Amino acid sequence: MLENYFPVLLFILVGLAIGVIPMLAGWLLAPSRPDSEKLSPYECGFEAFEDARMKFDVRYYLVAILFILFDLEIAFLFPWAVVLGEIGLFGFVSMVIFLAILVVGFAYEWMKGALEWE
Amino acid sequence: MIGLSHYLALGAVLFAISVFGIFLNRKNVIVLLMAIELMLLAVNINFVAFSHFLGDAAGQVFVFFILTVAAAESAIGLAILVALFRSMRTINVDDLDQLKG
Amino acid sequence: MPDLLPALPEIFVLTLACAVLLVEAYTKNGYWSYALTQLTLLGAAVLTVFTTSADTVYAFNGLFVDDLMGDVLKLMTYLAAIVSVVYSRTYLTDRGMFRGEYFALLLFAVLGMMVMISAAHFLSLYLGLELLSLSLYAMVALQRDSKVATEAAMKYFVLGALASGLLLYGMSLIYGLTGSLHLAEVAATVDFRNQTVLAFGLVFLLAGLGFKLGAAPFHMWVPDIYHGAPTAVTLFLGSVPKLAAFAFVMRLLVDGLHPAVGDWQQMLAVMAVVSLVVGNLAAIVQTNIKRMLAYSTIAHMGFLLLGVLSGSYAGYSAAMFYVVTYVLMSLGAFGMVVYLSRGGFEAERVDDFRGLNATHPWLAAVMAMMMLSMAGLPPFLGFYAKLTVLQALVGAGWLWLAVVAVLMSLIGAYYYLRVVKVMYFDAPHAEPLVPATAAGDVRALLSLNGAAVLLLGILPQPLITLCAYAIQASFR
Repeated sequence: MLENYFPVLLFILVGLAIGVIPMLAGWLLAPSRPDSEKLSPYECGFEAFEDARMKFDVRYYLVAILFILFDLEIAFLFPWAVVLGEIGLFGFVSMVIFLAILVVGFAYEWMKGALEWE
Repeated sequence: MIGLSHYLALGAVLFAISVFGIFLNRKNVIVLLMAIELMLLAVNINFVAFSHFLGDAAGQVFVFFILTVAAAESAIGLAILVALFRSMRTINVDDLDQLKG
Repeated sequence: MPDLLPALPEIFVLTLACAVLLVEAYTKNGYWSYALTQLTLLGAAVLTVFTTSADTVYAFNGLFVDDLMGDVLKLMTYLAAIVSVVYSRTYLTDRGMFRGEYFALLLFAVLGMMVMISAAHFLSLYLGLELLSLSLYAMVALQRDSKVATEAAMKYFVLGALASGLLLYGMSLIYGLTGSLHLAEVAATVDFRNQTVLAFGLVFLLAGLGFKLGAAPFHMWVPDIYHGAPTAVTLFLGSVPKLAAFAFVMRLLVDGLHPAVGDWQQMLAVMAVVSLVVGNLAAIVQTNIKRMLAYSTIAHMGFLLLGVLSGSYAGYSAAMFYVVTYVLMSLGAFGMVVYLSRGGFEAERVDDFRGLNATHPWLAAVMAMMMLSMAGLPPFLGFYAKLTVLQALVGAGWLWLAVVAVLMSLIGAYYYLRVVKVMYFDAPHAEPLVPATAAGDVRALLSLNGAAVLLLGILPQPLITLCAYAIQASFR
């Protein structure tokens, strides 16, 4: 029974090793020149000027919501593409209709100005 | 060997965690949304496991639909959350107490 | 190419719902959407009538079933949706919600109900339910500047999603047990050797079902959502989806899990009794009429479950008759609450109905008819609905349940009669309740609604026969 879990044990060990060895190597091998500037918060491209846990602009949520929707609906395209040869014209037309319904949603959000940032 | 019951146990544990997350969480509505998402994923594990061990692809098709519906669901949830924050200036679960009778 | 003809009404509603969305996006004029919505519902009714037959037809590889029960329930759904749209027009205009979004969401909700009613597969059942639920969450949240409405939407969303999760978990267990997602195949292969898994699956399914129906002990969302939602939305979500919910119960339990009838009968009995007790007792202390009607809904759902759990054709057709009756009554009652609201004023306290008879005797009479019918007094329709359910229940040997139901109905009569008393015997308010610019068609339809409850109560036989025939033809 227990030997069944050997792969899991192995996995844990390898996972630990991959995490620990680079840290150890860095600590042993890297040159150590401490500097206060290295510990200060870093933000890519500009000076850090506020708490990193700031509130997002609410418009960001709108874009994110719209993105999730269209992103995941596209998941249906993959299985469809795999079996397209077998399902023939009917399958093709079905997907065209599905995409047309998505386009209706897209046209709606576009006309409503949900894609405008300002 | 990892069998069907292991997957079902995992699914059940995840499901239980998400239900507790919904009922015990008193802090933040976003955590509720995450718990709901976890719940649907727990169900997905069940479906995929059954589908694999029964040798029937229908369960995996169901998972596809659950995933996309979950996306639509969380989109609506986030939209309601934004409306809620705009009108109440808070997303604390305990502050949702105007409706009583 | 598979035969898509049985799903013609669904395809029609989907196409036109998309059209409503585009019309709103390009014209930004609510009246176009309003007219198009009414036309869509009428057109769907015509298509349903023309494609109807006494035979049961499957389509979409067995995902979709077109039978007589489905056709009757769909026709009722269109009718109820049309009536609710007419009732809520002024209310929506006053609050800036008379826009294409409301109507598009309403049509998608109707489409979801149609899919639920015609589902023959766990997948179509789930997708229909989600299409309905997601549309309803958005409709509740449509009044964005209202704190109570957004709070109600959030609660509805979280509890509704929880219910979907429970339901799905149950479905996955049943799938594992039977190896099929087709309801008919599930019924054929359901396996009693694995009693624990079956029981677990059933418990989860029924818990999810209870949430969606609003039956106790899963009822906690109902009063808050009915209270918090804009009244026009309460009118819609408190009446029309009940038809689909009934179909959902029938598809899942009778089409899919009929071999396990002994198991789910017990669970439904518990849910029904708790619903009757909680609904009727909690309604007594309510001062807000929307909350009161919410608790009364819980009690009515208990009655509906009583019909289903008797497990016989008589019981199913009694439950179907009950749900049709309930939809007529709640349309009238909520319609009156919507009608009396105007501007920023919501006629949502029982006190707002004070002395209505002195100023508007006809409106008071219609409201009184709805209340008396809900209380189950003869000669109104509600009396026969309760009677047929009780008959079926006694016929199936559930005498004690029938006794509980009668007792609880007697208690329930108190709060309905209180509304009647307030309207007829209390002094009216100083300022008139009814808006000066009340539309004629709303008045006419409300009167017709009242007349239907009275006339169908005097002559209930055709409707009872129709329900019995539809059930017989669909569940042979």
